[in-house]
Amino acid sequence: MKLVTAIIKPFTLDEVKAALERLGVLGMTVSEVQGYGRQKGHTEVYRGAEYTLDFIPKLRVEALIEDTVVEKVLDAVVDAARTGKIGDGKVWVTPVESVVRVRTGERGTDAL
Amino acid sequence: MDTGDTAWMLTSAALVLLMTPGLAFFYGGMVRSKGVLNMMMMSLGAMGVVGVLWVLVGYSTAFGPDIGGGLLGGPFEFFGLEGLLGPDARTGTVPTTVFAAFQAMFAIIAVALVSGAVADRARFGPWLLFAALWALVAYFPVAHWVFDPTGWIVRGLRAVDFAGGTAVHVNAGAAGLALALVLGRRVGWPRDRPKPHNLPLVVLGAGLLWFGWFGFNAGSAVAANTTAGVTFVNTLVATSAAVLAWLAAERVRDGRATTLGAASGVVAGLVAITPACSAVTPVGAIAIGAVTGALCALAVGLKYRFGFDDALDVVGVHLVGGLSGTVLIGLFADPRAPAGVAGLFHGGGVDQLWRQVVGASAVLAYSFVVSLALGHLVKSLVGFRVDEEAEITGIDEAEHAETAYEFGLRGGTPLKGATGHEAGHGDHQAVHAGRGESGA
Repeated sequence: MKLVTAIIKPFTLDEVKAALERLGVLGMTVSEVQGYGRQKGHTEVYRGAEYTLDFIPKLRVEALIEDTVVEKVLDAVVDAARTGKIGDGKVWVTPVESVVRVRTGERGTDAL
Repeated sequence: MDTGDTAWMLTSAALVLLMTPGLAFFYGGMVRSKGVLNMMMMSLGAMGVVGVLWVLVGYSTAFGPDIGGGLLGGPFEFFGLEGLLGPDARTGTVPTTVFAAFQAMFAIIAVALVSGAVADRARFGPWLLFAALWALVAYFPVAHWVFDPTGWIVRGLRAVDFAGGTAVHVNAGAAGLALALVLGRRVGWPRDRPKPHNLPLVVLGAGLLWFGWFGFNAGSAVAANTTAGVTFVNTLVATSAAVLAWLAAERVRDGRATTLGAASGVVAGLVAITPACSAVTPVGAIAIGAVTGALCALAVGLKYRFGFDDALDVVGVHLVGGLSGTVLIGLFADPRAPAGVAGLFHGGGVDQLWRQVVGASAVLAYSFVVSLALGHLVKSLVGFRVDEEAEITGIDEAEHAETAYEFGLRGGTPLKGATGHEAGHGDHQAVHAGRGESGA
């Protein structure tokens, strides 16, 4: 089992969600986050003063998936989240040791 | 000149002005947290644009000497309120500047009301342009029809619209419908049906609206007199009845009475009694409020049936409520009330009823067509909508460089300017330079 984590531009969420659903991913967790990558923040003029905004709002989408679909999920998420412009985000995959469904106590892939 | 009347009219004018920031709270609470400021700015923007236009040409267009069959006053007769600074009363027993100030507030709120239909997606600059055009072409002339003694709806048709059920509410409601069609639906609507982000703000707004509305309706007597007293009481009791009716309708249909329903019921009742407050007894006002409160509670569902994204129910509340209040005069008008008109239920037959229907329909048709044309004009000249990314990420940040609720990290670091000293952190300067190179 793997945990796939995607940092995406907020307005691409609908397409990312739809792409994951098409691949049979049954659940996800979404949080509003702020951060920066290589593009850094940006500057903005407000009330006559210039500001740097170091952190840009993004969404973090997390989903638990089976090992067999990792490549497909990566392709689908990247495809859905890409605008080709700076700040499109990142996706990474981490191994997951065990998963338990709280209600039933099911373990492993049955709990996905 | 009567000093008592003048004092009341100055007070009423200030009361009516307060309705527009009240509307900003009412609308602002109803949108999502990422669009509050843009929503409120559309009201504040109307206060700017329409206030200036009113003094320049608005008063003259609405209340200047008629230049054609009750359709229009001469726009330049009193340009900049020229020649009106003395004590002479063109209306009632108050200096003309006082009446002009009072009516200015009506023009401002009428324009601001329209903005609820295009919440979350209208760019601010184009909105200001639309506000100006709409005031000039739709509101000022229709105010002449309805509020000026030579206007065709008052004099020719003899329909009753005491404080602007047609001129303000049907007019703004029809414009809201047209503009919602011109701008199109929000991304994700109607699949996503965003709930209000801050209902206490909505309640605050409804309270300010109700408070200000006493000036709107009782001030329309243009005197501190019996008519003002009757219209004041009717403005109270019709609204109370509408709150109860809206909540009852919700309880029956959805199982629960909601805060949004109570606040919307307030506005629906106020809208309905606006044209009617001089023509009915307090019991008649209860009937009009109750019928309209229930009607509007049902009417806010129309947008889902017909697929137009009137985000904050300008159509369901102002158009439907305005039509309802105006037409119901034809049924409930009581000759004992100040207007002295008899409706169907008080032995007047259908005579007043058809006058009411014609008056309301005329404003509806004119406003819808003009608003559709002006909306398309603005859209083709400068574009009206924010792009999809800005709409989803948040229109406040995109259009105004602000967010209503600034928590945590996003405050930013000043580089120079307002703080009075150059920020000393080299890495921030580097960030700035880096952005310049990337060109993003």
